Amino acid sequence: MLMIDPTDAKIRPSIVALHGVAKTFANGTIALDHFDLDVRQGEFLSLVGASGCGKSTALRLIAGLGEPTQGAIAWSGSDADAPANSHDIGFVFQEPTLMPWASVSANVALPLTLRGLAASLIAPRVDEALERVGLAAFAKVYPRELSGGMKMRVSIARALVTLPTLLLMDEPFAALDEITRFKLNNDLLNVWQALNKTIVFVTHSVFESVYLSQRIVIMTSRPGRIFSEVAIDAPYPRDERFRTSAEYGGYCRAVSDALRRASGDAS
Amino acid sequence: MTSLSDSGRDRNGGERLLQLILPLATLALGLLVWELTVRIDEIPPYVLPAPSLVLKTLFSDREILLTSLLVTFITTFEGLLLALIGGVGLAILFNQSRLLEYSLYPYAVILQVTPVVAIAPLLLIYLPQDVAVLACAWIVAFFPVLANTTLGLKSVDHNLADLFELYGASRAQILLRLKLPSALPYVLGGVKIAGGLSLIGAVVAEIAAGSAAAGSGLAYRIAESGYRLNIPRMFAALLLLSITGIVIFFVLSYLSDLLLRRWHESAIKREN
Repeated sequence: MLMIDPTDAKIRPSIVALHGVAKTFANGTIALDHFDLDVRQGEFLSLVGASGCGKSTALRLIAGLGEPTQGAIAWSGSDADAPANSHDIGFVFQEPTLMPWASVSANVALPLTLRGLAASLIAPRVDEALERVGLAAFAKVYPRELSGGMKMRVSIARALVTLPTLLLMDEPFAALDEITRFKLNNDLLNVWQALNKTIVFVTHSVFESVYLSQRIVIMTSRPGRIFSEVAIDAPYPRDERFRTSAEYGGYCRAVSDALRRASGDAS
Repeated sequence: MTSLSDSGRDRNGGERLLQLILPLATLALGLLVWELTVRIDEIPPYVLPAPSLVLKTLFSDREILLTSLLVTFITTFEGLLLALIGGVGLAILFNQSRLLEYSLYPYAVILQVTPVVAIAPLLLIYLPQDVAVLACAWIVAFFPVLANTTLGLKSVDHNLADLFELYGASRAQILLRLKLPSALPYVLGGVKIAGGLSLIGAVVAEIAAGSAAAGSGLAYRIAESGYRLNIPRMFAALLLLSITGIVIFFVLSYLSDLLLRRWHESAIKREN
């Protein structure tokens, strides 16, 4: 196991890099153009931009859901030559995206079930993943019986059950109330630190991105390009004291400014 | 049905009681008027039999009527079962192969829109009578299952489909673990319609067949009684057909509820 100093994001090796990626949809919409991004091992990276700026598209391309029109996505390490959809990725959508006909544990087990693992191997890993998101007592329950926040926890447990090297999250907490969102923010940071995973987090919330990330990439709209990057050098664990600190306010202002300039004449 | 007003549990209970009592009261009133009209105007039974006579006939002719009921019921059930197998099977094939869908779907539609009354005489020429009757039941019953299942298989949550792709699910896994469960409520909706239609198909074919073969169903009894001016028996057979239709509907509704009540919005009882 490679030991990584979590405070020094710059010297860490790359997991996946997007080089000059462009994505044009069939209807002519240019979602991304000349998009370069380097995701480094163990980091918490956020993509921030106005809605429709292509941040979700970038995430989907990394996940192998769709091919870039131009450019390349290069994986490093043992994953380098694997086909597009076989990388060890967890994906969390904006909606919980659970199977309503399956229990919580069956939902969390899905990635392992699809890989054909034996039930005896699946059960302990599902229990562990549910334990990690605080839903161990709800394994037998059906999704409709859960609150929005709990459904999102199930979705996160499902993404974690394969212990992926890279966790991609597409505005996962956007539809939740603020109290639930803060709670899940903290829980996510705990999971990230405990498992030493890499997370790419898409959000339109400046405040959320500053609270969570080590590095924030600000995107322009239509076509989506990288406008600038802000490093958040505040130490972890972060808590409510950080959220009300002058340092946090300063970062938020910097990201907000960058976002305004990125959106430029559009707004 | 749930009332949208903020009625308490008592009022809901009372309303449910009304929902049960009112139709029964209407029925009783209707039967009373019918019975009195027949008696007072002294209408002969070959014109309009009184309800009491219909019930009496139902009892006295029970042997012949119940044998016929069994014939029609079995035909209806077989027609429905084949419609389920054929409709779901064909929908799965269409879902897996677009070429097959393009080639065959128009003919499924043609089969559906051509009135079964018009097809029945032809089928009776080419097929043995019992097979022809079954074929008619199947023809009318299978289309709603096919159409609904086709729709259901396409109504998969896009994000869930992405998730299955992300985890490298095979075609079989996508079909069995994603598409079919997503389609289940639609299939059950189709089956509920198909149950009634299968009975209609069987009845139409029996009347078209019209001959006194060994296995004669209820509809044949109606036609036969009509020729013999045995109107009370016509009514008795009709009553049994209605009851069969109602029983089929409730059994299918119950099965549907049983399969969906843990997860699907349509089967979840809301408390308010």
